[in-house]
Parts: sequence; structure tokens; C-alpha cells
Amino acid sequence: MKVSLSWLNDYVTVAMGVDALAHQLTMAGLEVEGVEDRYDYLDTVVVGRISAITPHPNADKLRLCQVQIGGDTLPVVCGAPNAAEGMLAPLALPGSHLPDGTIVAEGAIRGRRSAGMLCSAGELGLGDDRSGLMALAADLKPGTPLNKALGLSDAVLEISITPNRPDCLSIIGIAREVAGFQADTLRRAAIALPAARGRIDKLTSVIIEAPDHCPRYAARLLDEITVGPSPFWLQDRLQSVGLRPINNIVDITNFILMETGQPLHAFDFDHLEEQRIVVRTAHPGERFTTLDGKERQLTPEMLMICDGRKPVAVGGVMGGLNSEIEANTTRVLIESAYFNPASIRKTAKLLGLKTEASHRFERGVDPHGTCYALDRAAQLMTELGSGRLIDGCIDVTHDLPAPATLTLSVAATNRVLGTDLDGETMGRLLQSIEFQVTGPQNETLTVSAPTFRVDVSRPEDLMEEVARRAGYDQIPVTFPAIPPDTRPIPPLVAQRRRIRQLLVGMGFAEIITYSFIGADADRRLRLPEGDPRCRQLAILNPLTEDQAVMRTSLVPGLLETMRHNLARQSRHLKLFEIGKIFISRGNDAQPLESDMLAGLWTGNRTRMGWHTKPEPCDFFDLKGAVEGLLAGLHVTPVRFTQLADDQCAYTCAGATAKILVDGQPIGLIGQLHPQVADTCNLRQTAFIFEMDLPALLQHIPADLKSLPLPRFPATTRDATLIVDKALESGRILDAVQTMNEALVEGVQLFDLFEGRPIPEGRKSLSLRIVYRSPDATLEDGAVNQLHKTITDHLVSRFKADLPV
Amino acid sequence: MDQNSEQVRAAAMTEIEAAETPEAVQALSIRYLGRKGVVTQLLRAVAQLPAETRPEAGRQANTVKQQIEAACRQALSRLENAAAEQVARIDVSLPGRPLAPGTLHPITQITQRICDIFTRMGFEVVEGPEVESDYYNFEALNIPKNHPARDMQDTFYVSDDVVLRTHTSPTQPRVMEQRQPPVRIIAPGKVYRCDSDLTHTPMFHQVEGLLVDEKVSFGDLKGTLTAFIHQMFDAQTKLRFRPSFFPFTEPSAEVDMQCVMCRGNGCRVCSQTGWLEILGAGMVHPAVLENVHYDTARYTGFAFGMGVERIAMLKYGIDDIRKYFENDIRFLGQF
Repeated sequence: MKVSLSWLNDYVTVAMGVDALAHQLTMAGLEVEGVEDRYDYLDTVVVGRISAITPHPNADKLRLCQVQIGGDTLPVVCGAPNAAEGMLAPLALPGSHLPDGTIVAEGAIRGRRSAGMLCSAGELGLGDDRSGLMALAADLKPGTPLNKALGLSDAVLEISITPNRPDCLSIIGIAREVAGFQADTLRRAAIALPAARGRIDKLTSVIIEAPDHCPRYAARLLDEITVGPSPFWLQDRLQSVGLRPINNIVDITNFILMETGQPLHAFDFDHLEEQRIVVRTAHPGERFTTLDGKERQLTPEMLMICDGRKPVAVGGVMGGLNSEIEANTTRVLIESAYFNPASIRKTAKLLGLKTEASHRFERGVDPHGTCYALDRAAQLMTELGSGRLIDGCIDVTHDLPAPATLTLSVAATNRVLGTDLDGETMGRLLQSIEFQVTGPQNETLTVSAPTFRVDVSRPEDLMEEVARRAGYDQIPVTFPAIPPDTRPIPPLVAQRRRIRQLLVGMGFAEIITYSFIGADADRRLRLPEGDPRCRQLAILNPLTEDQAVMRTSLVPGLLETMRHNLARQSRHLKLFEIGKIFISRGNDAQPLESDMLAGLWTGNRTRMGWHTKPEPCDFFDLKGAVEGLLAGLHVTPVRFTQLADDQCAYTCAGATAKILVDGQPIGLIGQLHPQVADTCNLRQTAFIFEMDLPALLQHIPADLKSLPLPRFPATTRDATLIVDKALESGRILDAVQTMNEALVEGVQLFDLFEGRPIPEGRKSLSLRIVYRSPDATLEDGAVNQLHKTITDHLVSRFKADLPV
Repeated sequence: MDQNSEQVRAAAMTEIEAAETPEAVQALSIRYLGRKGVVTQLLRAVAQLPAETRPEAGRQANTVKQQIEAACRQALSRLENAAAEQVARIDVSLPGRPLAPGTLHPITQITQRICDIFTRMGFEVVEGPEVESDYYNFEALNIPKNHPARDMQDTFYVSDDVVLRTHTSPTQPRVMEQRQPPVRIIAPGKVYRCDSDLTHTPMFHQVEGLLVDEKVSFGDLKGTLTAFIHQMFDAQTKLRFRPSFFPFTEPSAEVDMQCVMCRGNGCRVCSQTGWLEILGAGMVHPAVLENVHYDTARYTGFAFGMGVERIAMLKYGIDDIRKYFENDIRFLGQF
């Protein structure tokens, strides 16, 4: 909200500089976001002395003035009748922005150069007079900026008001706070209603049919109104806080709105059918055109202000075109009401309308400030609009919220705040912002909140007021007494950190991508119908198409990151992400959220260098990383098995494996399917893995057990087998392990060869078997015999040949 | 010394000194000390000597043996050193074979630092769902439907009753429903708001904190957050608490930190104010405690929340919040 210092000074004498005021307001919870001087636009309007005037050769009503500003003399074309040689007048230089929207530019007017614009008071927003140039005092120095020359300065503070403080959405509200911290008193304008005639209840009536929505509706009536422009002081006040003057009647309602925070509405009484007001909710299907000219579809939860036959305003939100004040309006009904905040908020939301009025009503105006604002408006309208007041005020009320009266314990307040204030001090602080306090008695205060403080309903609200007025910076800094925690770190939290460390150690960069993706993600991943990952949770109000649903896989984020980096010439990427995926259980329920880990490797295995020729990474690079990760987590036993052809649609069927730990699946690894790469605009292949974190976590041992180191040396024997090319090498290694020979410590594959002299359709695999006994150094003969047994077993089981 | 022994010793020493290869030393060692070696024969000859000269001759022969052994060892080590000197010079400025580590996302790094500081103070890390019910995201936190405070957060809706959580605060009621005080938790996680521009991304990260116990005061909140900021930034960083509004705290505070860029003198980053908003905080609103059936006469608590992206921006001098989620490898590689 904008507050001008000059207006603020009407209600409290600000006894400090603007910077100090801004600081104090901020520290009182009214954050000042910026301070500007509203006369800054006069920096480029200077005092000019008209040194010579000659007629304009091409226009009767224009004249050519030579205007002296300090050292320079500028030619200016001017049409003002009062321009005279020797006169001092304001000259707006090119680039000046005037309050009426004019931007001054250098140019030619009817063929004569004009290097600026000589201005009237009206054009500069400094007065009413637009009839001629603003005559300046003869002792001003030409060339001086006008704001300096005339001493014009008015700071405008932009204050951010939190939703709990609607009372501060007004100049008086801010002034009250200033009075509080200045230990000063607030000056409010006294009401002096003029003599009235007639009787309002003979002319009109108000019926509230929806008291839940509208607990209070007050009205006054005036006739013999003359609609016209407001006087300068009123226009100036409105402009100082950024409002545009319209006419005297509307300006007065806006002035009272800004002054008191109570929105008012003025109806042209002669446009009200049956000349009465009915407050009711809208009929189904009813339509209504608001002041902004838009026709709106109404729904039955919307509160409407109606005349005897039809709606004339959306209550608390916006008036209607059918009853607005016009130039020929003579009779005015002023509305001042208290609406139910939730009702107004709902209506404003449904209509997508946010107005100064709705902003205040939905936060809560003072339910007892209705008539002060109404009377003040009526008084101003008789003074400024030459209207005559009809006697009486209609004021219909139903169950108004009562001001809260609370008991505040001094001890509890000190306990919550960590302060050591006495009851008298607390009482004084509350009284400084118009709370009524009795006590302290028995270490408690009885406090009535002022009616405009609709946010105060509990003792804690008063504690905040005490703290706020004492100053948060006055509260001593202490530390809570915290005994040591015996709860273990949750496994997911702890293990995620280890997983990240391991992957980073292996050269992977962690990424974080948006949790929402495009709805076409399942199609791009070629997911078959019925795949759980097709159960996307859609967002009702997404920002963009490609952020429309919650992700059901981390793969799209990895691919998008790959695309983004490829497009920026980063072609060799090792990425991983840890995050949640979301499987919908219908939009009315929370989805299944699963923690996932996924990684991607694309481009070269190693960086280019003098020592190695760069080679593209392959399946086994990524598999090695996955094995390294699992080994680092002490997860065992791990197996990779070929996935059935139709089980993963976004990887190549031939190059995809299921990752099993202890026989249970925890994820998969594979080469990206070329079609998927294609739909994602990826020009190179990638290898990806995915793991279900809770499934992985199950297999991470909570504790590790140390084993004795072997006391006797190991001995190794190699065996080369020529087997069918399609045979999975893992089966041979498994076969050795499952023989369960006590002396076999381990088996490794150390060579793989295909091609001549190995026959077509066959391949040669070389194994190294490590033998060791825990009790003795093994004898060569015993090892040879066992090795032969194993080799023979493998030969017969896998129809293997031995090399010649 | 016996003349024979002395001759043997002198000859051996000269030859060993002159040896140019380890093999030559080895050969000399065998010639003198081997089974048929000169010194071995000397020692054997001692046995033939008369009893009165035998001990002295034996002692001398043994001394000669030890001296020759020592000379051989010395010569070998001298020759090995010389050999090491001769290893061809390499270009040590050639780049090594890379074992380049990857990088942790800056948001992860900052989140971990925040969590580490608070766990050191005795807080426990908890997490909650990212797609949240309206109840936990709003109602339980004293933000009723049709309350203007809902405007403070632009919400992504899934349905009337399901939202993408707009803050990490729903973890407060979720945890408190499950246990009795004392409760000391921090809850890091992703949050979502329907807002995207130069300074906002629709997804970002927060860390929530909550402490509920007997005798917890606003002063304790000030102390805890001051300790946090001093550890996160440095112990000279000043803090400022000023009144604000959150529906789930009362009193509420906005916490400003002295600008890390200009040390409070005013600069572009702090809009010339010298201060940066860094945290929202306050005493847990009694309505929130009532919603989880805590005894509000006995227990009080404080809560706070902070944006990880903002802290990371200040720590690392990151100028554009969108960089976090573009995941440009050249950006990630900087951390």
C-alpha cells in the first residue's frame, strides 16, 4: 500500500526523518519495501524565464518564446495566453513525465522547433489552473529544478501489509502505528454533519436477505448533487497514493476508503428500481455487468446488492454499470457495509476480480467503523458536491462480530517471549495502540481489543503485540535446553547420502529436475498401456504444457538434461538423480510416492588425453558403476539377468538387464531405445539405470562384521572353455560357485575371445579359479585334482571344448 | 693382525670398491664369502692352528668376514642409488590419467550443511509427502479455506483436497500427530508454487524446523537461529528479527541477515537496505498445537522455514535461480 508522508501528517505529526520512519515501520511489522518522492518527476522541470516572445508564423494561437534557463536559452512554442516577456514559468524539458501521462519530447510544432513545454499548474499536477502558464515568483533562479525551487517534497512509502492487518490498509491505520511508537495521539477528523431535511426511511429501505454474507449494511441519501471534478486538494491526496481522480462523488468514496480502510459505494439513486436496496445472493443463471464493462455469470454463492428488481453491485467487490454515478446524477445513495470476509473472498475468486474493496473486505474491515466512514463521506459530499443531506441513516445489523476481551497472564507472556516485563509495562504497550487494559490484577491483564483489530482473538495475539511494541530486538537471546537425541538417522536419509557420495566418487554429477513433466512422457518412453507409470497425476493449474503432470519416472528428467547439455556442446555426461516419482491413485487421493535413483552415461568413457584414445562408453561401463555402487553399499549377492524382450520399452531389448539382489529385483540397466532417443531429440545413445531406493535399502546391511584374514597362501588355476556363443558367461561362473567346493575361494573371468581359430558360433572364455584352505598350504596335487573335477563338470554341463 | 688376513681384507675392499654392477658385487661376495670362498677358507684354516694362537686368529678372521659383508652391502646400495638416478626423466607436466570425481548438486550441498548444523544441535531429520492433502498443507496449520493467507502462496492443485505442498510446514502436524513432546525436527524437501519468473521457479527447496517442549521461548528461537546463521555464514553476521505474519505462528517473525555481499553497507543484492530476508519463523500457533491435541498450557514451541535456493545463491553468488534446474554440466561442475 502507498502512503504519502503529507497525508499521514494529517493524522499524526511524524517527528522523524523518512528513513527513520521507514525503519520503525518495518520493525513494527509494516515492511517498507520502498520510498520514493512523489515530486521526483519535477527534477526535469525547471524554472524558465521568458526573455523574448515573437508570433508563430504558421499559427495564430501559438507564439515563439525564448526561454532562458541558467546559461542556455531555448526556443519553446507556447499557446498560453498569459505568456509574457520577463515572466518566470515552469519549463518541462524533453523526457519529462507529467502526472497526466504526457511525455515531453523535443520537436517541431507547425514548423518551429520547440525544446520543451511551458506548463500550467494543472499540467504539472500542482493545482487546478489549466488556463495559462503557472506564474512563478520573480526571485527564483532560472534553471533550478522546480521541486527544489518550490521546496516540493513528499515521500511516498510502499508498505507491504500482511494479511492479518487489514486495519493498516488505511492512512489512519498507519498513522495509529506511528502514534504508537512515537507515544503520540492520533488525530481523526471530527464529523460535523450539515443540517438535513426529509426522512431517509420515507424514501428508501434496506433489506438484508443474506445476513450470513452481510451482517451490516448502512446507507445515507443525498440529493441536489452536482457531479463535477474534485477540488485540487482531494485530487492531490488521491494522486499521492497512486489513485486516479474521476469525479467528486467517486473521489470522495475513494478518499474515505484510503483514509479509513472502509470501502464505500455510491449509487445513482434514480437508477435504483423501486428505490430500495435488497442484499441477497445471486439467482442461478443470473448475469450482471460490472463497472469495468464486463458481463459476468453469477452463481448462488455470490452476494449481490440489488434494487427492487435486479442486481446493482457485486457486494464488496465491484459496482454495476447500471447504477454508476454519471455527470447528470443528482441523487446519491452511499453504501457502507460490513461483509463476511470468507464470502467476499470466495466471490472475488470465482469472478477473478480483485479490487481495493474486496482486498479489504476479505481481510476484515472494522465492523464498527461503518457509520464513521459513511457520515464522513456524506459530510464531504455536501461540502464538495453541493448536495443536501436527507435526514437519517439506515443501519441494518445482524450478529456483528464482538470485540475480543481477553485475559493475559503476565507470567505466560514472559515465558513465551523469554522476557522479564512487568504487567504495567505490558499494559502501557497495549494501550499505546488503542487496546483497553484493566489491571494488572493478580498478575493478569484484562484486555479488550479495538474493533478494527479483527486479527486478535487469543492471548498469543496480545503477546505478539507486546513483543512488537517492545521491539523484537529487545527480546534476550537464549538457547533451548536440548538433551541428546537417541533416535537413529532414518535409513533413507543416511543411505541416500552414501549413495550420492559413491556415485560422485565414480564421476557422476548429481542433477535435480522438476517433479512435473509433460503428459506425453509415457508415450515418449513407449510405455505400454497398463504400465503403472501411465497413471499420471495431473495438475489442475499447470504453468506450462511440459509441466502438466507429476513424473512417474526419473528417466524423462535425465533425457531432458542430456538434451539440454548436448545442445550446449557438453557431449560426455555421467548424471544421476535421486527423487520421488508419483503414481496416481485418482486425483482425490494422494499418490503413491516412491523414492528412486536413476543414472545416465553418454559420450566417451574417458576424457580425451595423451594417454588414451577416447572410446564411447558402453553397457559395461555403466554396469561397472552400478556394481561399484552396490559393492560400496555392501549389497550382495548381485546378479544381472537378461530382461524379457517386452519388459522395458524404453531400452533396447537385447541390451537390458534386471538388477537382482539376493534374487529380488531392485532395478534395471540398459541401452536407451533409439526411438526414445529420437522423440527426445537426442543424437547419441545413452545407457541408463534405475533403482527403487526402498528395495535397495532393504539389502544394505545395518552392521558389518569383520572376518579373520587368511593365514595360508592361495593358489590359482586357469581354465579355458570353448562354449556356445549364446551361453551367458554368468551361468558358468554361477556353476563354479554352486558346486560349493570348500577350497574354492573365488572365480573370475579374465578373457573372452571370438573368431578364428575359435569355430563359428562358439566363443572362448578363460576363468581363473582361486583355491585356498583356511588350515594349510594346499598341495599342488590336491589342487590339480580338484581343478580337473571342476573343469570336467563345466565341460559336460555346458558342452564345452577345451582348447587344443 | 695376521698378515694373510690383512692381505685378504685389503684386496677384497679394493675390488668391492671398484665393482661397477650389482652382479659384480654379488660375484665378489661369493668369491670371498661363499662356501669355497677365500674368507671361508681362512676361517677353516684357523682350526689347524695351535691352541694358543687359535682364538686370536679366529677373532681376526671373523672381523675380516664382517667387514667384507658390510662393504658388499654398502656397494650394493651405492650401485642401486646410482641406477635410480639413471631412470629416464619424464615430463611431469603431462596431465595425469583422469579419475575425475563428479559433483553434488549445490542444493544438495547446502541442504546437507543446513541439516548437519541442526542435527549437531539435536534436531532430527524427517521427511513428508510432496503431494499433500489440503488438511496438512493448510487447515492443520491454521489456514482455513477462503482465508486470505492462502494468497501468500500460489498453490498447484490436483483436486479440491489435494495440492502440491506449498511449504515443508505440513511435516509439523504430521510429526506431532505421531509423538508427544519433546519434538525437535528439521524437514528438508521440495515444495511447489505456481509462480515462475526471474526470481521464482515453480519447484524449490525448503528446510523446516520445529521444536516443541516445555518452556520454549521466542528468545530460544532467536538463539537457535543466530547459532545457525553464524555457522552457515560467519560469526560476525548480524541478525534482525522483525514482526511478520504466518498463520501457523504467533508471534511471527521475519528474520533478516546482514547482507553478505556488502556487510550491511547497502548494495544491489540487498536493494540498498543492508539486510536480506533469510528465514520466516515464530512461536507455534496454539491452534496448530490444539489440532494435534497437545496441551497448550504445558507446551510451547518454535518453528522456522528457510529457502535453500536463496541460501545457496548467497553462499555461492548464483545470480539466476533457474540455473539450479537446467542442470547445465558447466554450472554443476562449479560446486
